[in-house]
Amino acid sequence: MRLKTFPGGVHPPDEKRYSASVPITEAPIPQKVIIHLSQHIGSPSKPIVAVGDEVLTGQKIAEATGYVSLVQHSSISGKVTAINRFPNATGSSSMAIQITGDGSDKWIELVDEPNFMDLPLEEMKKRIGEAGICGMGGAGFPTLVKLSPPADKPIDTVILNGVECEPYLTSDHRLMLEKGEEILIGLKLIMKILSAKKGMIGIEANKPDAIAKMQELTKNEPAMEVVPLKLRYPQGAEKQLIYAATKRKVPAGGLPLEVGIVVQNVGTAFAIYEAIRYQKPLIQRVITVTGSPVTKPQNLLARIGTPFSELVDFCGGTKEEVGKVICGGPMMGFALPTLEATVGKGSGGLVLMNTEDARLNEEGNCLRCARCVDVCPLNLVPCMIVSAVKYDNQKLAVRSGLNDCMKCGACAYVCPAQIRLVQYIDTGKIRYAEAKK
Amino acid sequence: MKDRFIVSPAPHFHDKTTTKNVMWNVVLALTPALIFAIYYWGFNSLLLTLLGAVSAMVTEAIIQKFRKVPITVSDGSAFLTGMLLAYNINAGAPWWVPILGAAFAIAIGKQVFGGLGNNPVNPALLGRAFLMASWPTIMTAGWAKPKSGTLSGITDPNVIAVNLQNLSPKAYDLVTGATPLKVAQTLRDSSFVSSLSANAGQGFDLANRIFTNLTDLSALKNLFWGNIGGCIGEVSVFALLLGAAYLLYKEIIEWRIPLFYIGTVFVLSFFLAPLKGSGFSPLLPFFHIFSGGLMLGAFFMATDYTTTPLTKSGRIIFAIGCGILTMVIRLWGGYPEGVSYSILFMNVLTPLIDKLTMPKAFGRVKK
Repeated sequence: MRLKTFPGGVHPPDEKRYSASVPITEAPIPQKVIIHLSQHIGSPSKPIVAVGDEVLTGQKIAEATGYVSLVQHSSISGKVTAINRFPNATGSSSMAIQITGDGSDKWIELVDEPNFMDLPLEEMKKRIGEAGICGMGGAGFPTLVKLSPPADKPIDTVILNGVECEPYLTSDHRLMLEKGEEILIGLKLIMKILSAKKGMIGIEANKPDAIAKMQELTKNEPAMEVVPLKLRYPQGAEKQLIYAATKRKVPAGGLPLEVGIVVQNVGTAFAIYEAIRYQKPLIQRVITVTGSPVTKPQNLLARIGTPFSELVDFCGGTKEEVGKVICGGPMMGFALPTLEATVGKGSGGLVLMNTEDARLNEEGNCLRCARCVDVCPLNLVPCMIVSAVKYDNQKLAVRSGLNDCMKCGACAYVCPAQIRLVQYIDTGKIRYAEAKK
Repeated sequence: MKDRFIVSPAPHFHDKTTTKNVMWNVVLALTPALIFAIYYWGFNSLLLTLLGAVSAMVTEAIIQKFRKVPITVSDGSAFLTGMLLAYNINAGAPWWVPILGAAFAIAIGKQVFGGLGNNPVNPALLGRAFLMASWPTIMTAGWAKPKSGTLSGITDPNVIAVNLQNLSPKAYDLVTGATPLKVAQTLRDSSFVSSLSANAGQGFDLANRIFTNLTDLSALKNLFWGNIGGCIGEVSVFALLLGAAYLLYKEIIEWRIPLFYIGTVFVLSFFLAPLKGSGFSPLLPFFHIFSGGLMLGAFFMATDYTTTPLTKSGRIIFAIGCGILTMVIRLWGGYPEGVSYSILFMNVLTPLIDKLTMPKAFGRVKK
């Protein structure tokens, strides 16, 4: 099997052994959920319910506030008990709607469209928008926007992202194994909406069972191709995946649609299938709860808004002291101060680390060893950006690639001086973005 | 379970490489050369090396204490600088030479610029340049003789015991009293060659014979194992290659600089040396890459992170520049050897090379 990949990158240990073979289990329905109004890129949703209102599972509780925005739904049935700031999955806090359950999980009415493949495209897109779907790989870009490219940018290829290059995470892996058929129907629907001729599914080589399964399922689909990819981080980053699969280079600062490609996460494809066929809103997702302290690491189908503490409890709690809790993967995820935060639409994993792994290393002087330059998948000079930011030289920072950086963290992963390059780069991005205003 | 956790920016994962293990691994890779030095010249080479290393660490600690910054001598970088400095000294040098050289290297070469990572040129080489300028005789003469063999590597009795009746004893002194590169340099000097004998033709003949012997297989074998005169750490090509292989395997150094540096010297010596030489030998390129400080310089000094370019193309330019300068100094310069000055010179050009080779970001079109 010839494996495709991209230049640069690193090889962190994949640590997927904890949960890779554990089938997806439905997590218990929580007593209370917190639905954040900003789980996506774009303007926050606006509540259309008030405290005291009764809501059903799947009922719309917030509407979109612009083109790049999202609708939100209640993920349990019960009563709205607060609209306030709550801790979110990025380690900070933001506005959210709290719903206290009535224990009955009474759903809105779902349909089962018999000929859903033949629905008019506008209807399909409307259902995707109404289901409140955003990219489920982490970034959370509203899916409807991605599926509405400008007329002068025809899309010829749709790539499903099943790479899951973040260490520890196995939620996409399990979803491909257990819902492969549905994911491929999702891919077909996306191709139809975009009138794309080709569909590809990119999967990293450490998931041979998922590759085999997808190859088996696409045997009679000439328009679809499974692309096995070399194990290398950040293979799942959009531009790197596109380059590995098609050799096309997305222009710096540009979007994939400029090279005729749309990338969707496999979980998003599954949600699109459910939205179009059943008109089911995105109120649950698969999340991997894992790490050495977790007693029974699992892949859980959890309701959006479930507190992380309940998921950890459901996994049997912890068997050693926890030093760090990460929402997402260890390369790009967010460290959470507490377990109070709740599952968001982009939360693919909750990784617990013991105190030994969580220990922070002392930062030393930059040696100019250029390891960061060698591994940067975007061909930047990370150490130069960092010293430019440190000495407040905006021009040099930009010239070294400040604005191109996607913060994958490969540079900080290899830095022998333990310099937290991403933090400096982030500081620079924020500082100079403010300067522009 | 406690309910408060460590919060830090991503990534939350790190590979095992640290500054400390990079530095100590380089020290480890340099050890075979020291073992060979002890074998050839006895324990004085070990003593000088340790004096250099300790002097570097003490100097660093004292200056860091004065600067009121954390004392970081345990990271191995000062030890490495001191070791490399000592490697550039004659095994017969007095004990205070490495102490002074290493102290200068750390104080003026490194700490005045802000310490690790901020020095513009290789501190060990700067220390060597300081010693060369201050005590040239100690640095370039009085070489310790290897246990079995000659300073020049020529062991052919027919040359060494050349019939001196009609010749100047200078010839004997040359093959037994100078390092290979010094012999080569001296043979290029036509006034020396003519002074070898009253009969000009005979002098020229002898010079040719010495040159042939200097670059023949048996001499190259001595060069390869290090059975010649020279600095403590530079003579054994074999020991240095052993250490270099280890560093390449551990991915601590990268192949580009050594390959292009040594490659440039190899190619240039093939084309340039005959122009300036007293003769031609097909083995001449091997003579040039095996002799002097080239192996030590190419694998252990020109690969110094701080003072070499960040980009891959920059490293290639840097290495080719080092190779050209080395050959120019060897063939046209006043010194028989040019490795250390060529690396120092290219160190100074590094910021410029970095600026010119700034990579184009993924997906960016040339403006």
